[in-house]
This record gives sequence, structure tokens and C-alpha cells, in this order.
Amino acid sequence: MLKFLLKRALLSIITLAILSVFVFLGGQLLPGDVGRAVLGPLADARSVAAFNHQMGVDRPLLIQYWDWISHFVTGDMGRSFTFRAPVAPFIAEALVNSLKLAALAFVLVVPIGIGGGVYAALRAGSLADRGIIVIGQSLGIVPEFIASIVLILIFGVWLRWLPMSADWPEGAGALTQVRYLILPALPPVLIYFGYIARIARVGTVEALNADYTRTAVLKGLPWHTVLRRHVLRNALLPTITIAASLIGYLVGGLVVIEALFHYRGMGGLIYAAAKAKDFPMLEAGILTIGAIYALASLLADLLSSALNPRIRAGRL
Amino acid sequence: MSEPTHRSATLEALRDALRSRSLLLGSLILLFWILCALFGRHWTPHDPYADDLLATLAPPSLQHWFGTDQLGRDVFSRVIIGARDILIVAPLATLLGTVLGTALGLTIGYFRGPIDDIVSRVIEALQALPLVIVALMALAAVGTSNTSVICVIGFVFTPIIARTVRAATLAEVELDYVAAARVRGDGALAIMFIEILPNVLPVAIVEMTVRLGYAIFFVASLSFIGFGIQPPSADWGIAIAENYSLIGSYWWTILFDAAATASLIIGVNLVADGLGGVLERR
Repeated sequence: MLKFLLKRALLSIITLAILSVFVFLGGQLLPGDVGRAVLGPLADARSVAAFNHQMGVDRPLLIQYWDWISHFVTGDMGRSFTFRAPVAPFIAEALVNSLKLAALAFVLVVPIGIGGGVYAALRAGSLADRGIIVIGQSLGIVPEFIASIVLILIFGVWLRWLPMSADWPEGAGALTQVRYLILPALPPVLIYFGYIARIARVGTVEALNADYTRTAVLKGLPWHTVLRRHVLRNALLPTITIAASLIGYLVGGLVVIEALFHYRGMGGLIYAAAKAKDFPMLEAGILTIGAIYALASLLADLLSSALNPRIRAGRL
Repeated sequence: MSEPTHRSATLEALRDALRSRSLLLGSLILLFWILCALFGRHWTPHDPYADDLLATLAPPSLQHWFGTDQLGRDVFSRVIIGARDILIVAPLATLLGTVLGTALGLTIGYFRGPIDDIVSRVIEALQALPLVIVALMALAAVGTSNTSVICVIGFVFTPIIARTVRAATLAEVELDYVAAARVRGDGALAIMFIEILPNVLPVAIVEMTVRLGYAIFFVASLSFIGFGIQPPSADWGIAIAENYSLIGSYWWTILFDAAATASLIIGVNLVADGLGGVLERR
């Protein structure tokens, strides 16, 4: 199992290295020169040249890449064009905010999704089953900003239960922060409810039809024991793996939602940096999200091998 | 024993009926918006681009069914023609991605070996990020216009479609007709595009309809955050972004555009779902 995990870790490092090249090259696509784009058409040529020299963007590409990546891995992520300050603290703050939002969405969507999926499986073929699957699928294809707007209209404008922006007042306590985060956390919950429910349902239906379940029932175990020990334990394995890989998206993929709710997480940071053409910030943010994606999928592998005795014993 | 099989056959038939019904319903929705995009300009009760500063933010009424926006433009007229740009940008982007992805998938699936390894690794690296982030990075770099949005989404879709086509190609390469073509002395290009392509095309087409749904989703989201279709287009995403700050008091400037976007996306997904079912059965 250790070998399997080491191999997976090595693969993610290679993936990240390739990604870093892409991200770096993406930053070089900017037409014209960086100083001109950042300082605007009215700046004079000398200050543009000075800016370029100060930022080091007048050097050969390979040297720039090496300079960037070798500093990056030690935590020095470069200086923001917009703020004229190191990027790293901005990333750290955004990451903490994103983790808060992701954690809330995660603890909402996983139990609800699994609950819905198992409920549907236990009543497979019924109207409730069909309803859960169809509703889940329909919610899954609605863009985040549409779901957000409908939620804002209902809970923020008409019912006035929840704040419409995620920008909580300075020094707010944990509970207040959660209150501000509920609305932004709901759209990803709606989008991924159906996905998780579907996988939980398939796993449960499979386990319900398996021989070991029949044996357990026939040897006279009470139904809830069969359900808990035999059905759910086997059924939820793939679901948990999928849920773990969701973390990457929840931390780094909520660009539209964070922009909409004025939230300063990773997505909001990427959005602002892209708007301002602040490439050092953008590159650092994207690479950080890539690292989180890699970590999340490693976590998914780790979980599935820890939970699955066949992989744990190295037989698979 | 015959009872369950009979029931599952009924269920199968039911599902088929539902599938084709979803295809029909989806096509109707899609057709409605296409017709609106093409001819809607002649049907709208008001000029969608004409502002009327004496009637700004008017609530829905008999004269303005969906009310008016900040500039006094008729929301109903704008919603009707709002699909124009997205229905050009999203399908073209999907087509670009499908053509490039199919060619790439065929190539790496046919040759395998080091090319496959390298390209697959690169594809994996690009898929290690949410699509919207890749698109934002690229659009920030090259600038935003309809053309750049088409290219960026097309390129972002290419690896995804390539992956699907590659898998299908790997299965085809093992079959006798490919071996026969090789023995006959056909060139690699001829085998790939004349022999294998027709057999992996259904897979590519299903993937394309699914991607079209995503493309519309994607273009709408990008337009909403200012990186997609640009004003003065009557695009729904732009309208929602422009009026978003008014959501507290002037809901009609947003709700109808949101509903229209949702209906278009649901329509395309119904078509993709139905088409997938039909092609699967064949």
C-alpha cells in the first residue's frame, strides 16, 4: 500500500510540474509587455521599462521560470503587480477563507447526498427514488450563479433570513461567520447533491443485492445490523472517495460564487487577479489550487485504500 | 422467474419512452431559443437596445411584460434575443473542441507508446484544475472577445474529448478490420480517419452534445463574471451581472434572464441525455 501511495504521490508531483510550466507560459501570453499592460497606455516608456526591470520580466524565459519556481516551492511566491507586495500573505488569507467555505459546503453536501442516495436505494424503483435522482440531476446542471441568484432572492430578499454577501463584519465570531457563509455554501451543495446521491445509491443497490447481504439476512441478523454492518460499509466506500476528491473543487473552483458573494477566498482572489491582469498573483493562486487538487486526490486514494481491505493488503 | 424479467422489460420500455420524450422536450426548448435568436428581433414588442430614461426600472406591466432595466430597456425584448451570442459562441467552441479532441484522441489512441504517455500526462495536468480557472488564466492573458472565448473553451474541451475518443480508439485498434487495413498496406492516416473514425464517431457525438451543455453553462458563467460575451449584447449573463446590485428591489431585471439561462441549459441537457440513450441502444 505504501508503494501504491508513493507512486501516486510521485505522479501528482509530475502533474504539478507540468502544470507549473503551463501556468508560467500562460502568464507570458500577455500581448505586448507586462509593464505597459499594468501601468496603462498613458504611462511613459521609461517607467514601463523601469517596471519591467524591477519585476524581472525583461530576462530570458527559462531563467524567469527557474527563478519563479525555485522561489515558489520555498514559499516565496513573487510580488503582486497590483499591490506591489509579496503574494504569499494574500494567498494564505484566501486559502483560510476558502477552507472555511469548503468545510461548510462539505459537511452539508456529503451527509445530505449520502442520506438521499441510501434512502433512494432502499426504495429503489419507487416514486421517491425517481424523484431524488431526477431532482438531483436537474440541480446538478444549473450554473452556480443561477442557483445563487435564486437562493439570494428567496432567503436574502424575500424572507430576509440570511445576509446576501459573504463579507462579514470585522471581528465577527465563528457563528456569525457561519451565518454569512450559508448562502454561498448552498449552491455547491445543490450542484453536488445529485452526484453524491447517485453514487451512494448505486453502491447501496449493489450491496443490497450481494450474496453477503443475503447470507446476513438468512442467518437471522436484525435488519438494521445488516444495513449498518454489511450494506452501508460496502456501499459508501466509492462515495467517500468521490467526496474527498470534491474538496479540490470546493476550495479552488468556486470562482463565480466567490465573485458573486464578494468572498475573499481562492476563487475570489483568482477572479480579482485575472481582472487586474496581476499575473504573479494569478499564477501563484492557480498553482496553489493545483496543489490542493493533487492533495485532495491523494487523500481520496488514501481513504479508499484505508477503507478497502483488498487494497490495504496490497492484493489489488 | 418470468415475473421479474417481464417487469424489467416494461421498465426498460418506460425508460426508453422517457428518454425519447426528454429528447423531444429538449429539442423543442432548444428550437424555441434558436428561433428567438434568429427572428426574435422582428417579434419583440420594443426595441431591445433602445433606452428610455423616463421609464427606468419599471415593474412588469401590460406595456412592459417583464418590466424595464436601469436604462429603461424592455426586459422582455432583451430576454427574447438574449440567446443570440451564446448560441453562436457555445456551439462553435464545442465544435472546435470536438474536432481537435477527436483528431488528438485518434492519434494517441492509434500510435500509443511514448506519444500517448506524454500527451496523456499533459491532459492530466490540465485536468488537475477546475475548467473555469484554466479559462480565466487564458482569457486574462489573451484578452476577452467572442473569438477568444470560442478558442479558449475549445482548447479546454480538447483534452476531455480526446480522452474519450482515445479510449474508444484503443478498443477499435484491436479489432480485425484494422489489422486487415494494415495488411492491405493502408497508411496510418487512412486507417485512422477512414477506418476507425466512423466507428468512434457516435462516442464523439454523444460527448459533443454533453459538452455543448457544459459550454453553455460555461459561457453564461464567464459572461456573468465579465470574461465572456461583452456588452452591449443583450446576453442573459451580462444582464444578470449588470443588474445584480439591484436584486434587493428590482428582481425583474434578473429573474427572467436567470430563468431563460436555466431553461436553455436544461434543454441542451435533455437533448444530450436523450441522444445518449438513443445512440447507446444502437
